[in-house]
Amino acid sequence: MSVNQGITLKVENIHKTYGREKVLQGISFEVKKGETKVIIGPSGTGKSTLLRCVNRLTIPDAGRIWLDGTEITHPRTDINKVRQSIGMVFQDFNLFSHLSALDNVRIGLIKVKKMVKGEATEEAMRHLARVGLEDKAAAYPAELSGGQQQRVSIARALAMGPKLMLFDEPTSALDPELIGEVLKVMRDLAESGMTMVVVSHEMGFARSVCNEIVFIENGVIVEQGPPEVLFEDPQHQRTRQFLFKITELYGKSERK
Amino acid sequence: MNFFELTYDILPALLKGTVVTLELTACSISLGFVLGIALALGRLYGNRPISAFSSGYIQFFRGTPLLVQLFILYYGLPRYDIRLSSFVAGILGLGLNSAAYQAEYFRGAIQSISRGQMMAARAIGMSRFKTIMNIILPQALRIVIPSWSNELIYTLKYSSVAYMIAAPELMAQGKFIAAENFRYFEVFLVVAFIYLVAVLIVSRALNVVEKRVRIPGLQMAQ
Amino acid sequence: MVTLELTFLLLVVGLAVGILLALGQVYGGKGLVLLSSTYEQIFRSIPALVLLFLFFFGSSFVGLNISAFLSAVLALGFRSSAYQSQIFRGAIQSISQGQMIAARSLGMSKFQAIRHIILPQALRLSLPPWSNEYSSVVKDTSLAYAVGVIELVREGRYIIVRTFEPMIIYITIAVIYFILTYAGNRSLGYLEEKLKIPGFETKSRKE
Repeated sequence: MSVNQGITLKVENIHKTYGREKVLQGISFEVKKGETKVIIGPSGTGKSTLLRCVNRLTIPDAGRIWLDGTEITHPRTDINKVRQSIGMVFQDFNLFSHLSALDNVRIGLIKVKKMVKGEATEEAMRHLARVGLEDKAAAYPAELSGGQQQRVSIARALAMGPKLMLFDEPTSALDPELIGEVLKVMRDLAESGMTMVVVSHEMGFARSVCNEIVFIENGVIVEQGPPEVLFEDPQHQRTRQFLFKITELYGKSERK
Repeated sequence: MNFFELTYDILPALLKGTVVTLELTACSISLGFVLGIALALGRLYGNRPISAFSSGYIQFFRGTPLLVQLFILYYGLPRYDIRLSSFVAGILGLGLNSAAYQAEYFRGAIQSISRGQMMAARAIGMSRFKTIMNIILPQALRIVIPSWSNELIYTLKYSSVAYMIAAPELMAQGKFIAAENFRYFEVFLVVAFIYLVAVLIVSRALNVVEKRVRIPGLQMAQ
Repeated sequence: MVTLELTFLLLVVGLAVGILLALGQVYGGKGLVLLSSTYEQIFRSIPALVLLFLFFFGSSFVGLNISAFLSAVLALGFRSSAYQSQIFRGAIQSISQGQMIAARSLGMSKFQAIRHIILPQALRLSLPPWSNEYSSVVKDTSLAYAVGVIELVREGRYIIVRTFEPMIIYITIAVIYFILTYAGNRSLGYLEEKLKIPGFETKSRKE
């Protein structure tokens, strides 16, 4: 456990305050290579802020973060370089509206990774195929369903060849019947050995896919552990209450 | 000479003026375009002084008449030994004025693009500059087309004010001819007709452009 | 002062004609719609300066002897009405069809419905774009200079002839115009706040 080897992400004592509101108050955790971690917690407890701190879209007030031994929080780290190795998937997709699905996936390869166009196209198509959307390559975001848009956004992140994928409530803006297709892509991704941190209340997904659930409330980690332990034998009353509430809301088993 | 003979007689000279009008419009709208984008970006993404300068500029040029701006350039500057030809002063005045309006249109268009897209671009490692160039501006420039078309037509019409500083454009040609044959009303009727046709042609052309570059789902919200 | 007078008259002419045009376009028959949209198209396409000259020289052409001031009021006023009509038309059209139907079902005549239900809403919605039109009108009064009306810019020229300080005078004039547009927009903004009705779109009748 204490051996540094095999640890992809290490987060140490992150603090973040907005105005007078202390959003994060000393969060620490580690994610091993190939592991999937699911973060849960009531809304407004800083889960999204935490994810954004990891790729420095939000700059934490204190604390340090390492990706594969490189300190992200070090001021001299080239953050644009680091971000290429951290894929991020947003709640509301944030696809580039003026670009087709293919161009959404390809633009990072061409403009950031400086790939030649032909090569970038091949690579982008490969990732669109991976999320089952090669036939939608020419469609613009407005012509895709929410589920399809989210899969394109996953492909966009994957195309950059990340070491770590962050998912910020990837299914909560979706109609219920579209959630399954996105979760399936995420499950396949986890099984293929991708290291992932997922903020989600899809407990079915958490149970069947993730290695560890982290329960955050009021900016601190209340409890973390393997899903079996947290579901069957939580140490804290709060964890029990919260899990009860969200399983009521979202259901226990994974949606198909 | 009846009206149609008169029209036939003066049309060549008026068309010469029309060419100048079009040149004036093209040059000043381009100047306004470049400056307008810079002002909009400055106002939105610039640091405090840049942003304050941009909004001050925009407010001043939108709050004062073009005529006065032209007079400042053409009659005011020579007091300090800066002498501009009427054509150059016209372009400068119309361009600086149009920049303020265009800046507001660009700003509106940029602000209608979700902040999430900026974040998503940064998340795949694009720098701020690259994001503006590759994600924000290509969308903003499409979204802005309808209001920008209005601005182009506005500039075409207001280029007539450059007549007051003696730029040899359509109005000035009209006045020149009318001063010789004393048929003011008829001459300006022809002038009005030329503007009408020019405005119609330009707006039709811009409609075509708008359709050409349209992308599904990409319109100004509201 | 002539500038203020001009501004006021232009806005009044523009408002009266503009509202009529807008109503004609929305509720009128085919002929009326065609007429008012042609009027709009013509007055919006011809530059203000050309319109001024047409009215100025045209009045004597048809044998009328009107002052430069009056021809400026008519030319720029009609021009403003074309723009204002577009503002009001947009506002009227944005008010849901249901409001008209509801008013008619209460037994109101079409005229009553327009007067008591549609216009009070449309005029509120029109305030922000109308505030822009106000600025345009203030600035366009300067064009009356071209037909010899002694307004702010021409007053300025007279002073320049005496003082030979064109820069200072023109900048001062610019500042005066700026104050006029700024103060006007501020007051209109204030008016907008005052007249604001919560939940505008879905509002039910007062009382």
